[in-house]
Amino acid sequence: MNPAARNLRTGLIAGLVACLMVGMGFAAVPLYRMFCQQTGWGGTARIDEGATAPGSVGRIVTVRFDANTNARLPWSFAPEQQTQRVAIGARQIAFFDATNLSNKTVTGSAAFNISPDQSARYFVKVQCFCFTQQTLQPGETQRMPVVFYVDPAFLKDRDNDQVSEITLSYTFYAVDQAPTQG
Amino acid sequence: MTDTTANAHFFQKEEHHEHHGADHKPGFFARWFLSTNHKDIGTLYLIFAITAGIIGGGISGLMRAELAHPGIQYLPMWAHFFGAPAGNDAALHFWNVMVTAHGLIMVFFMVMPAMIGGFGNWFVPIMIGAPDMAFPRMNNVSFWLIVPAFTLLLGSLFVSGGTGNGAGTGWTLYAPLSTSGSAGPSVDMAILALHLAGASSILGAVNFITTIFNMRAPGMTLHKMPLFAWSVLVTAFLLLLALPVLAAAITMLLTDRNFGTTFFDASGGGDPILYQHLFWFFGHPEVYIMILPGFGMVSHIISTFSKKPIFGYLGMAYAMVAIGVVGFVVWAHHMYTTGLDVNTKMYFTAATMVIAVPTGIKIFSWIATMWGGSISFKTPMVWAMGFIFMFTVGGVTGVVLANGGIDNYFQDTYYVVAHFHYVLSLGAVFSLFAGFYYWFPKMSGKMYNEFLGQAHFWVFFAGVNLLFFPMHFLGAQGMPRRYPDYPNAFAKWNAVASHGYEVMTIGMAIFFVNIIWSLIAGKKAPANPWGEGATTLEWTLSSPPPYHQFETLPIIDAEDLHGRDRRPPDRV
Repeated sequence: MNPAARNLRTGLIAGLVACLMVGMGFAAVPLYRMFCQQTGWGGTARIDEGATAPGSVGRIVTVRFDANTNARLPWSFAPEQQTQRVAIGARQIAFFDATNLSNKTVTGSAAFNISPDQSARYFVKVQCFCFTQQTLQPGETQRMPVVFYVDPAFLKDRDNDQVSEITLSYTFYAVDQAPTQG
Repeated sequence: MTDTTANAHFFQKEEHHEHHGADHKPGFFARWFLSTNHKDIGTLYLIFAITAGIIGGGISGLMRAELAHPGIQYLPMWAHFFGAPAGNDAALHFWNVMVTAHGLIMVFFMVMPAMIGGFGNWFVPIMIGAPDMAFPRMNNVSFWLIVPAFTLLLGSLFVSGGTGNGAGTGWTLYAPLSTSGSAGPSVDMAILALHLAGASSILGAVNFITTIFNMRAPGMTLHKMPLFAWSVLVTAFLLLLALPVLAAAITMLLTDRNFGTTFFDASGGGDPILYQHLFWFFGHPEVYIMILPGFGMVSHIISTFSKKPIFGYLGMAYAMVAIGVVGFVVWAHHMYTTGLDVNTKMYFTAATMVIAVPTGIKIFSWIATMWGGSISFKTPMVWAMGFIFMFTVGGVTGVVLANGGIDNYFQDTYYVVAHFHYVLSLGAVFSLFAGFYYWFPKMSGKMYNEFLGQAHFWVFFAGVNLLFFPMHFLGAQGMPRRYPDYPNAFAKWNAVASHGYEVMTIGMAIFFVNIIWSLIAGKKAPANPWGEGATTLEWTLSSPPPYHQFETLPIIDAEDLHGRDRRPPDRV
């Protein structure tokens, strides 16, 4: 192989590596989302639509509900109960109320988060209003349920020894475009 | 490598025979604007880096002037000068603009062009015995991409960035400040500037990798290659793997800003923390990109002026490789306070501290090289020794900051500012000056003024230590970064730091006087002004080297184990 062709080959391989790394940069977006869902990183709750709860194991944890809205969304939004005493392993339901305070039809979608982070992977959502967009007519109030259970493996995780209260937080955002909720 | 089979006369005999030989140069425009010659492109890069350095350094001067006393003194005036609307917010925004511009200019348009584009282009081909870079035209493209990049960044200062003119996001361009937080075209221009600078560096990296892998002179195995070439090789790999990730991240910023995507926007299911992960996956290797070529230069200089081969050559080379590899798995130590769990912090703390091992190998090997050597304290040598001192101070504070627990208190304080200025502003810049004085005679054909060089060193050394050392105290006492104002309790050390800047400016003035004096009235430089300690191939060529070197490739003696068994002088 003559020197020029050899240089061209090495250069092309190096250029390919650079292109590959650009691809890796973009691939990081779905990979990061999958990683967070698997590990509960950053308070990402586990989503297992339609799953059946394993049943109570006879221990209790407090779940606190937090609800707020983005400044651009003219809604009021609050949990019906601030806290619930929840049997670990048992299926639970909680209700949130949202009211459209404006005189226009508004669509919102909710992002959610679990605190503390290390408890997120044991917080399983079976059904949630946050999986889809919600549209409220002017002045309309809607009662929105979330069905969840706390995985009994929670009790075996040493990182959660000190945790007696798990907070589930929702933020409603106005929908300008199709969200890519994950 | 004096043991190579030839000398300056051998490589340049062409020009004695016929006029159209090695030293035939094209006309001014073709030579400097259409240049494909690695030495000319290196010179262009150095001129560019010095220009950018003056601008970036000037901005830091403005910041030190404002910080010299508590309260807001000059900011509204400067903001007004840059066309900002009246009002406190615009003035404070201008502070962020200066912080951003200083960081971006110094990282992307001063240190990187000088280290890699400047000295890398000039000396890597010569050191490995190659006639030029592998892709000379691509080399030209690399340089001429960085000029519009810089122009875009400077232009962004004059258009709206939301609160006022200019991009005020910090060099990290964190979302959401850089997306929904900054309306106006300014941040878009800054992002495009980084795209262009990144493309320039990636092309340069491809060029260096190809050159070093394929164009070494016969007998020059990788394990006989000078350490500067090693350092540029490792740097090129870091560039190739890290910069595309930055390109991807800032492209996502751009689409979040302009095309309605929500990569980093929680309302659409994105995550701003993801941007930080992507940025620092690039950003941490980036700091090694800025310092590794300096490691290479300092190795040559310490060896030359101690008249000893470098201690532990292979260890030195592979320490750089190790730093490069480990540098890719420590990025989240920049993100300790973003809510990482304790196990993750433990990993990143441990991994970060591991880097102190290869770095320590380098520091101790430099000291071991000097040990028992016949040291002459010429200007390049004092700069190199200054580098070791400064880099060690910055390294020690780096080990402190590596601790996730301590970082909870120190993050975003002046302690961090002191740390990264000791390793970069002082470490990288000292190595740049060391390299500049070391190779100035080779590049220009003129000797620099030794007295002015020494004066430059001592004034600059005193100035920058006065400037940056008090920042450790300020940071430890809790003074946060990126504010133009502070409580009176911090007044004393801020005043000292600002005086330090003044002293440093005098040092820089001496530097420029020295360059001008040397170019006009400097003594003619011999091929090798440094004597027997200077063993790499560039010293076998005339000063300045012929326009085309190595038309006959040098043969590297199989006996030459990088000077480790150098024959006694009478046998050379």
